[in-house]
Amino acid sequence: MANSSAKNMSAEKVNCDACPILCRISPGKTGSCDRYGNIDGKLKRMDPVILNQKAIDQHQTLVPFGEQTQQWDGSLLAQDVPLNPESIFPTAVGAGTTYPDYKPAPFIIASKHNEVDMVTVVTEGIFSYCSYKIKIDTDRYVGPEQSTVRCQGEQVGHVMTAEYGSQMLSLGGVHHLTGGSKQEGRVTCQMMMDLGNRKAVELEVDAGSKLTIQAGAAPIIDGNQEARMRVGCGSATIGIFAQQWYGHVDEVIVVDEHITGMLSEHQAGRFLGMEPSGIRVRGRRSTPGRYFQVANPGHGWGGTDVSDPLEIIDRVKEGVAYPGLRLLMVSTTGEDAAYFELDEKLKPVEQPLPQVLQKVVDRIGENCEPALCSVLFMAGAGGSLRAGVTENPVRLTRSVRSMLTRTTCGGAPAYVWPGGGITVMVDVTKMPENSFGSVPTPAIVAPIEFTMKLKDYEILGGHMAQVRRLEDLTQEREAIISNWNEDNPWPFS
Amino acid sequence: MADDRLHLQQGPIDLILHVDSSEKIRKRLYSTAENRFLTVLEELVEEMDLLKLPWKAEQSEPKGSIAQKMFGAVSDSEVFVTPMAAVAGAVADEMLETLLFEAQNPDSCLEHISRMYVNNGGDISFWLNSGESFSLGVVDNPQIPALNTKVSLAYESPVRGVATSGWRGRSLSLGIADAVTVLAKSAASADVAATLIANQVNVDFPGIEKRPASEVKDESDLGIIPVTVAVPKLPKDKISLALEQGAKTARKLIKTEKITAAYLSLQKQILVIDN
Repeated sequence: MANSSAKNMSAEKVNCDACPILCRISPGKTGSCDRYGNIDGKLKRMDPVILNQKAIDQHQTLVPFGEQTQQWDGSLLAQDVPLNPESIFPTAVGAGTTYPDYKPAPFIIASKHNEVDMVTVVTEGIFSYCSYKIKIDTDRYVGPEQSTVRCQGEQVGHVMTAEYGSQMLSLGGVHHLTGGSKQEGRVTCQMMMDLGNRKAVELEVDAGSKLTIQAGAAPIIDGNQEARMRVGCGSATIGIFAQQWYGHVDEVIVVDEHITGMLSEHQAGRFLGMEPSGIRVRGRRSTPGRYFQVANPGHGWGGTDVSDPLEIIDRVKEGVAYPGLRLLMVSTTGEDAAYFELDEKLKPVEQPLPQVLQKVVDRIGENCEPALCSVLFMAGAGGSLRAGVTENPVRLTRSVRSMLTRTTCGGAPAYVWPGGGITVMVDVTKMPENSFGSVPTPAIVAPIEFTMKLKDYEILGGHMAQVRRLEDLTQEREAIISNWNEDNPWPFS
Repeated sequence: MADDRLHLQQGPIDLILHVDSSEKIRKRLYSTAENRFLTVLEELVEEMDLLKLPWKAEQSEPKGSIAQKMFGAVSDSEVFVTPMAAVAGAVADEMLETLLFEAQNPDSCLEHISRMYVNNGGDISFWLNSGESFSLGVVDNPQIPALNTKVSLAYESPVRGVATSGWRGRSLSLGIADAVTVLAKSAASADVAATLIANQVNVDFPGIEKRPASEVKDESDLGIIPVTVAVPKLPKDKISLALEQGAKTARKLIKTEKITAAYLSLQKQILVIDN
């Protein structure tokens, strides 16, 4: 990468040190690679890099760039506001890579933050080992655990498990990128790029559902757009709303694919002094008022395959149940609800839902969070990527581990997994748009930045000779300033 | 095209390699190629001054293996040419040689490889197993990337190198040919021949604009020699005349067995020279 200090003062040519050819480039021309050019006497990469600017705090005193302020406006920058170098975080989006890393990372940038010299090593990593962990907020059945998830017929992942109110998928990963057929690798790579770039992706689960998932959007399952994430399992729903039902109804059954709850038997109903209703539901009783497997998983009530809730009622016990008994059946999202009263033969007969109960049903809905797809990118920064940061790669791992080095992907905070290596996980919605690319290997290209104190960088064997000031970078390469995502913690703090 | 290719890039060198074999062999060969690539550009830069000089018999030979290939490809030339005319082809040849060497050592696995190629920005060096062939598309005008001709090169053919030169490409040309594609025993020889033939494709016509090479690209090995920067639409007879100039050189190169065939194109007129 080029040093602005290497600018040739006697002629108008600039020296490029992006590669060993060391072109001396005349104004308006490009070097022998056509990737670097002399634009107005400055060496510029012909494709832009993205910088993120934090909104300037009203109370913060602006530190002008002095004479260099001029260089921060005009065509170079998109905004006319005076720029404070302390407000800029250089992301690796568009930074390029030095793969196979026989030289330092594309940018190693020093800046001062709160009087401390900080350095950010910016590179676009080429990740063969990478995948997505997907959380789909829905009770709808997507398919059995371990079931294959397909994209355009190719195997691109599998169903992992269910978490609270959500279905979990693992998508992409090295075994699909490079371990399968060419076509599998190609489809996986495209799917991964699209998911990371927040595009909608259509998937199909073997023996399960058709899914359309998109980071930050509601999932579409078998053609139905999900709206709500359940407030809790059936048992939890009973626990939350028992008091509000009490006195208005004699039995409430909350239909749920996982645990169906029954108010009168449930700890919460017993606590309120409710009498047994004599209604028995199907399935296996776990603890009083909590039933597993009342129906098969499906697209009906509460993630079951039930469309008529009475199907899950096994029997009504004579002598305990009585004519006129009031029964509410409701799903865990409040999307489905029905009210019954027992007739003379103890048969439930549907009646209009009383206003007072409707209110509680609505409240279940109100307490549901919107159904979302969360897309977490997970990747391992391997040996060669680390070599671009330091001559002693294991020290970077240790530094990341001891929290001296902050790891971000396109400025978004990355969770670093315990154990060996630098395996990170990051929410793609916190990254700049279109952060993901690919190479034909196939592998995914994603930005990664390591930020630390300059002195720590030196200790870990950093490429000190390559450290440049942020101001210099923008003089040699076109930069696009985009707004810092204010939801992300500031990496320099 | 297959997606199990290897892409290597540094500075102006942009390579696509492919080994048609089992994944195990391919991975081993690719990793050798990656290692070899680490120093390719540095080796060239080290002897760049020498490589930019016009070839002369009394010159001392360069040391690097790629530089020597470049040197060999231009030796005995009767017209002005610098070894740089062979740089892209020589790099492709060197990388193919690296793959071949790795495939033969310590135990040869060549029988398990059907084809290999190294494509350096259009200059291609390839290897074929018996019974295999290499299909090649020729694009006349890089600004209109349509496949104009297809050539199939079989194992039996002596051709193992292909290169293209023209004024619209990234390197500079003294002539006005849109593209001259040459088939030869190696990519380096094809590269030089394509350059020399394209240099000769010329005709006098108003509007053809030439400028000193040094004004177009800094530090060009062509110095102040005028290179083509604009070509207007030419009448048909002028096109034929220009192509015929190049064809003379092509025939001479075929006669001396430096090349096997040449494909010259200028404004939709095509001239194929072979024996």
